[in-house]
Amino acid sequence: MRGRTETMDITWDDLVGSALLGTERRRPAGVVGDAEEAAAGLLDAAAGGVLRRRAGALPGSAGERPAPAPEDRRPGLPEAARSRLAQLLADRTGDGGRGRRGAAPNLAELLPQWLSVARKEGYRAPPALLPALLDAARARTDLRPDALALAGPRGLWLAALNPDWKFALRAGHPGAATGDPENAQETRRLWEEGLFAERVALLTRLRLTDPAAALALLAATWRGERAEDRLMFLDSLRTGLSAADEPFLEEALADRSRNVRATAAELLSALPGSALAGRMAARARSCVSLSGDSITVEAPYACDPAMERDGVAPKPPSGRGERAWWLGQLVDAAPLATWPARLGGRTPQEIVALPVLDEWQPDLHAAWCRAAVRQRDADWARALLGPPPAPTAPVVAVGDPAKLLSILPKAERAAWVADFIEAHGLSEAFQMLGVCAVPWAPELGRAVVDALDIARDAGSYPWSFSGVMGLAERCLDPGAAEQVAVLSAAAEELPDGAPGAAVYWSEAFQRLTGTLRLRAVMLAELRGIPGTRTPEGAAP
Amino acid sequence: METEARWTADQVLALAPDAASRKAGARLATPAPWTGAGTAGTAVWGLCKGSGSKPYQTAVDVHGPAFRCTCPSRKFPCKHALGLLLLWAEGADGPVAAAAEPDWVEQWTSARRKKTQEAQAAPARAAGPADPDAARKRADRRAVRVEGGAAELEQRLTDLLRGGLAGADRGSYQQWDEIAARMVDAQAPGLALRVRELGSVPATGGDWPSRMLEETALLHLLARGFLGREGLPGPLAETVRARIGFTVDSAELLAGPTVRGEWLVLAQYDSADERLTTRRIWLYDEGAARFALLLSFGAAGRAPELTLPVGALIEAELAYHPSALPLRAALGPHRALTARPDTAPRGTAIGPALASYGTAVADDPWLDNWPVLLSDVVPLPGPDRWQLADASTDDALPITTPAPWRLAALSGGHPLTVFAELGPSGLRPLAAWPPDAPEPIAV
Repeated sequence: MRGRTETMDITWDDLVGSALLGTERRRPAGVVGDAEEAAAGLLDAAAGGVLRRRAGALPGSAGERPAPAPEDRRPGLPEAARSRLAQLLADRTGDGGRGRRGAAPNLAELLPQWLSVARKEGYRAPPALLPALLDAARARTDLRPDALALAGPRGLWLAALNPDWKFALRAGHPGAATGDPENAQETRRLWEEGLFAERVALLTRLRLTDPAAALALLAATWRGERAEDRLMFLDSLRTGLSAADEPFLEEALADRSRNVRATAAELLSALPGSALAGRMAARARSCVSLSGDSITVEAPYACDPAMERDGVAPKPPSGRGERAWWLGQLVDAAPLATWPARLGGRTPQEIVALPVLDEWQPDLHAAWCRAAVRQRDADWARALLGPPPAPTAPVVAVGDPAKLLSILPKAERAAWVADFIEAHGLSEAFQMLGVCAVPWAPELGRAVVDALDIARDAGSYPWSFSGVMGLAERCLDPGAAEQVAVLSAAAEELPDGAPGAAVYWSEAFQRLTGTLRLRAVMLAELRGIPGTRTPEGAAP
Repeated sequence: METEARWTADQVLALAPDAASRKAGARLATPAPWTGAGTAGTAVWGLCKGSGSKPYQTAVDVHGPAFRCTCPSRKFPCKHALGLLLLWAEGADGPVAAAAEPDWVEQWTSARRKKTQEAQAAPARAAGPADPDAARKRADRRAVRVEGGAAELEQRLTDLLRGGLAGADRGSYQQWDEIAARMVDAQAPGLALRVRELGSVPATGGDWPSRMLEETALLHLLARGFLGREGLPGPLAETVRARIGFTVDSAELLAGPTVRGEWLVLAQYDSADERLTTRRIWLYDEGAARFALLLSFGAAGRAPELTLPVGALIEAELAYHPSALPLRAALGPHRALTARPDTAPRGTAIGPALASYGTAVADDPWLDNWPVLLSDVVPLPGPDRWQLADASTDDALPITTPAPWRLAALSGGHPLTVFAELGPSGLRPLAAWPPDAPEPIAV
């Protein structure tokens, strides 16, 4: 607003001028008397002036108006879900120093799931919560896809007004990943002018929907990119990798940078039909053969330039023999389909069971494990994993069991890990649990909870299992809450247990129960089902 | 039997004295730590497991509202009360169901009932001071001291203007603090506050000399007004007394004429300095198109006790403080209504709102916060300052608060209804109603 122009004898500016200099030096027009009387007169005049200014203030003129946000036709959240989101967002930053103690549920673990379910249900975020939602997405990149989808057009509209939320415009760039010709130009501009992270994100996104377009984009500027950037861009071709990428990758085998060459070779070896895979298969075949009912290994004696060009690293890491190092690389880059043909038409199971002469077995099996993971071959992964080791047997991992498990179908994975935990407890299961599908299958959840109960009975402190507890809060099926609740009740000290452990365990189970129940309530709220919570805390 | 409409989770969270309590309260909004929770009439209670062996006893009377908890927290309401109310807010099927009051709750509620009845009976006695003579003598003595302070302030202000403001931006706060302390000694806290604010004007930069002259002139007007109060019309004299810092006892006020109405709680917010936390609660009776401002105070770091959930409708008797412009009020007997507003209140355009402020300033020149309800306005982001503009004319007012993102999110560039305080430098938006939203959303 602005003050109305003075129409009195003395203007406001005149008064301010006199006030600044003082009436000893400058007396306002029309004010009489000595300096002191003039000062009082100035104050009187100013008092009248300020009242006229304030009482007569006029509206200012409106500045530039932003175009209104596009309409979001998705349904709003059910009331309970809306206030739940407000709580989760308010609690987001609250857990810093709290640690993993106490019986209260851990809300920070719930936000990602809340967002992902709300997105799947097709809700729109409540406008009042958009600023908090955008702040949350800004702080945690893992929340961004779901948070921005939920925020919708109004979220983007808001983000365009605030530089702090610029990330939303990049990540949620409408149409940039749809291959829409109208946006092709926009995509091109982002690729050419964007920051490195924006470009990687763009490439990865585009690979999901239109791998060829992404490759074309990359090929167009490939020669001008810095070596580190080339490596990262090349890495994003893993998504949507196909035979169509082979010519480009073959060319990259001649790259100036060793790391780029190695990555190109690795990608080519994941394409069983590629020329590189064929060359590696030929080399690997010459090293591995059947003699009677055993496998004979004749590792390479040299790493020739052709091998090096195909991505074989000539220098082994310290502590490993050169020949074993080269062999490993040849075998893990060769298509797994090479082996049944080479080894008497046997199945992967039969091949893995074959004895390997001269102690080459660990090297050969480890290489097959890497190949199975790289080529995402479930048959081979299953064969190499074998059944979970028996309770009495030592756990000798072939390769990386978690990675091999990740190739298997969900149900099979969960069953394998459940069996493993039943036999060996939790101490070696953490990584395997991490690759299981969420929520955990009932048998897997039961195995984890039973193992926690056994660990408690053994008298150790719960924080030795805080990693698994944290996973359980996120991954256990909410239906398991009652099973856990039973455990939280028992709190008697064990005679041979660590002091106070029983109380801490009880607290830990209470927290887990609380989190699980909250997750169940939260999911019910999102489906708009009221009053699903049992009045457990209420008076009878 | 349940007679009370349960609040929404938002209304509960709006009671939290600070963000930390809000978070802590939300964490306790799970049945696990609670036992024996229940509700009857206006009481809600439960036992919450804390760090010690004995659980805390938490009870809330949602009329009032009033809180009691055996926890050692100085926050008010404490996290236990908030957590309990959040569970209660989940509804009759939720974890806090109807039950019979246990003894410890019954004792508290009946003690409260007794106190309220006594308080309601008390005004009759409080209306006249016990010793009118002694009271008049005390009042005369204070008037003399305030007159002395006002005269001294007048002298200081004339000295300032004789020498000029030019050096004021180089001068330290010290001289202003000293004058403010003199005004406190003179029992004129209102003058002291304005003097302290005057001292901080030069640091605000920009066109500070003009603002400094405005504030100096208003302070001069106030001191002169008090010295010449005999010649002022009655209501204006009361306004001057109130601005100087004379207070009126609430009980005394409520013993006099009161205004009954259905009041919508529009906004509640706290401001704090090192001595005091001040809570402002704005009420609006749409039927009578009347605003009221409730002030409540807490010692430094403590939240004031009076708290009303934004968006609630309460039936209440209020007594306005005597003034040329009745705005501040004392809260008398009241109860929350189960009804909720079904539409946003009708507001005005920017022009008429500003005109109403102009008229109000003529009644009370020291007016800083004038309540305005604006219909069909749009927040406009700007690099330095945001504006609130009429949707269909070119009229706009500057927004004085930092970028109001929540308001922008509620608007999405579309017109909405806004409740704001209007002052000499612009608007402070406090609540908004997007189209179709019947209840105010705090911004």
